[in-house]
Amino acid sequence: MSSGGHGSATDRRLNALFRHLSSSARMDPQQLNSIAASPTSANQNDSVFSHVVRAPEDPILGVTVAYNKDPSPLKLNLGVGAYRTEEGKPLVLNVVRKAEQQLVNDRSRVKEYLPIVGLAEFNKLSAKLILGADSPAIRENRVTTVQCLSGTGSLRVGAEFLARHYHQRTIYIPQPTWGNHPKVFTLAGLSVKSYRYYDPATRGLNFQGLLEDLGSAPAGAIVLLHACAHNPTGVDPTLQQWERIRQLMRSKGLLPFFDSAYQGFASGSLDSDAQSVRMFVADGGECFIAQSYAKNLGLYGERVGALSIVCKTADVAGRVESQVKLVIRPMYSNPPIHGASIVAAILRDRDLFNEWTFELKAMADRIISMRQKLFDALRARGTPGDWSHIIKQIGMFTFTGLNPQQVAFMTKDYHIYMTSDGRISMAGLSSKTVPHLADAIHAAVTLVS
Amino acid sequence: MAMRSLISERVSCRSSVLGARWMSSWWRNVEPAPKDPILGVTEAFLADPSPDKVNVGVGAYRDDNGKPVVLECVREAERRIAGTANMEYLPMGGSVKMVEETLKLAYGDNSEFIKDKRIAAVQSLSGTGACRLFADFQKRFHPDSQIYIPVPTWSNHHNIWRDAHVTQRTFHYYHPGTKGLDFAALMDDIKNAPNGSFFLLHACAHNPTGVDPSEEQWKEISYQIKAKGHFPFFDMAYQGFASGDPERDAKAIRIFLKDGHLLGLAQSYAKNMGLYGQRVGCLSVLCEDEKQAVAVKSQLQQLARPMYSNPPVHGALIVSTILGDAELKKLWLKEVQGMADRIIGMRTALRENLEELGSPLSWKHITNQIGMFCYSGLTPEQVDRLTNEYHIYMTRNGRISMAGVTTGNVGYLANAVHEVTKST
Repeated sequence: MSSGGHGSATDRRLNALFRHLSSSARMDPQQLNSIAASPTSANQNDSVFSHVVRAPEDPILGVTVAYNKDPSPLKLNLGVGAYRTEEGKPLVLNVVRKAEQQLVNDRSRVKEYLPIVGLAEFNKLSAKLILGADSPAIRENRVTTVQCLSGTGSLRVGAEFLARHYHQRTIYIPQPTWGNHPKVFTLAGLSVKSYRYYDPATRGLNFQGLLEDLGSAPAGAIVLLHACAHNPTGVDPTLQQWERIRQLMRSKGLLPFFDSAYQGFASGSLDSDAQSVRMFVADGGECFIAQSYAKNLGLYGERVGALSIVCKTADVAGRVESQVKLVIRPMYSNPPIHGASIVAAILRDRDLFNEWTFELKAMADRIISMRQKLFDALRARGTPGDWSHIIKQIGMFTFTGLNPQQVAFMTKDYHIYMTSDGRISMAGLSSKTVPHLADAIHAAVTLVS
Repeated sequence: MAMRSLISERVSCRSSVLGARWMSSWWRNVEPAPKDPILGVTEAFLADPSPDKVNVGVGAYRDDNGKPVVLECVREAERRIAGTANMEYLPMGGSVKMVEETLKLAYGDNSEFIKDKRIAAVQSLSGTGACRLFADFQKRFHPDSQIYIPVPTWSNHHNIWRDAHVTQRTFHYYHPGTKGLDFAALMDDIKNAPNGSFFLLHACAHNPTGVDPSEEQWKEISYQIKAKGHFPFFDMAYQGFASGDPERDAKAIRIFLKDGHLLGLAQSYAKNMGLYGQRVGCLSVLCEDEKQAVAVKSQLQQLARPMYSNPPVHGALIVSTILGDAELKKLWLKEVQGMADRIIGMRTALRENLEELGSPLSWKHITNQIGMFCYSGLTPEQVDRLTNEYHIYMTRNGRISMAGVTTGNVGYLANAVHEVTKST
């Protein structure tokens, strides 16, 4: 028998060899022992992937996995940013149900492949939504918009294009940022650096640090910007600060890559939440924009989003689009039709669109009221510390400032599920559950350091 | 240089507090990309105003009126889904139910591998997405490996493994002389490839040739691949479409499983359930044991997360609704059989038409080949003539999508093919 501590593997190899050599003849043990397993003999039952180790759970999606396993009736899922109603249920918007009914009832609809760049009408309407209906960039045909798989897919496709065609392969991402950002850009072939963003001392924006870091970035570097409702901190620049960022970036030729995952969700107004993007486009310069409809239309699992690339000229936009198609085709050929059809049906219909703006405002308002309730509850308990950031931060998330030990304590003792960076999804709270969370935070802050 | 001074001249003329550099486009040197050879055909077809135009380009099924088809089982599934489901994120690995049903189709309803939980499987973005995930996985865990791809193959296979940065090689497959399988050369290539190479195999209804190995040939291929310790990766995009019977179409896979291969498999519902645009598929890798399957699945998810986070829910819901309901599943099987039968009927009709026209060439291969495509043997020049003179659209490799042939256009098609080939 050949060497190695893999006795059983060797046995298997020999058995298989035996089966091959003699289907009906029998070999006696003597003969069997004299056959040595050669290093190049086929590994009959050994997987070529036996060296693969189990990957760690995704830090964000893993929270829901853990939450689902918990039998406690008190458990609270404040992990992934998916909206919940006051009753703690997922919400399908009325306009979405209506649009879906329309689609189902239309017997003429087919499920053919979309073009590589997706549903044309969806693309046009998405560009208008983020850039404004009167955007000169759209009028001048300088924007190419391609349907992608939600925000993640739009970021990945845009980044792959940049890695192939852009002269600068470094992207600067804010510190902190959504956990999936670094992986998306790294796998796309970019190298990732960070710029200062969040100031733990003020629980607000580290504006000086941001300006310094972007100021010292190499000319032409790509910069990831959260269009509104920064994830995970909920801290956004003011319009004045955005203007200064814009001037700095344009003076250094830094390329803006916007991630717009919460348009309409931050303030309740689609146009207000698009101001940062529109400011950059208004100066005539170029930029990338990743849009997601996961949250603002509640289409999470349908994976609907769009990548828009604003270029200097229509000719450039056309050529850029043709190259973006080459990125998409070997990735998934063409995007899924269902979600985009729903979005197009809503955006194109004035009544549905208006109804949507009301539903969107209602979601944003509920979150804002949860912020107020949590802040009040902590004040009522006399929880040590300044908790005003809860009502100052914006969007779906609050960056509580709790540390991983405190978070672990809250999970263990209070069945609160959240990411270890202290981020909580306000969308997962209701008036009924705020007191329980306030108790947990109070306990964590007073008992755990 | 002239260009640079021109730019800087334009730039310095612009008075701006913002500095000069941001004014130029970063994309000036971006070349227009070539059109996709397959999808570009449909674009050209759509742009053609001729009333006689025929699209036998992309492999999307058409009924005998040349219309796209939504299967009745799909319509019913959608009716049941609409208004009931929420749209929450699926897990990274996709719909568990859909994946379970999908594995049963390929591995067998009572597969021991499913019972023993030895299959690492994730929902994927149709067949393309499954192949790409596997290619990325192969690169990550066997960075120095190579993938052997048959000649010819679906053109996007090359793009997929190239973008995954996996070294590509080819192996003989199609024999232009016989318009059948070049079995001897294929076996040689398997023997000569370095041990432990990865081989891409079309499980049934080879695209674009329609030429499949016989059962005996599959057994020999399996044996040789095992002897060399190669990794077999199957792309199964047409289960049910080849013979009309999904069990029969899975024969090659079952042979390999019986022989003990730890294979990889890409499955798609684009054609056999008509779910093209929904992008529903599944990638599976058979492992040694449950523990390994868990590890492999977790790593596949690590590749999916930075690509699209989690797969789309709607198409998966349709699949699991149909396959999870005995009545709907029966209906589906009937409809798949119907589609395959119509295609087989059109093969016969096309061949008979050409023979009746007195073509000097042999057209036996039209009925010998199987699945959606017929590798006609037409040259690119002949294809161009078909397009320019007869408004018939197909890919320039001479691949005819039989799904686009109808009783209404088969005569016209046969006539045109005869015209461009009769002096061959």
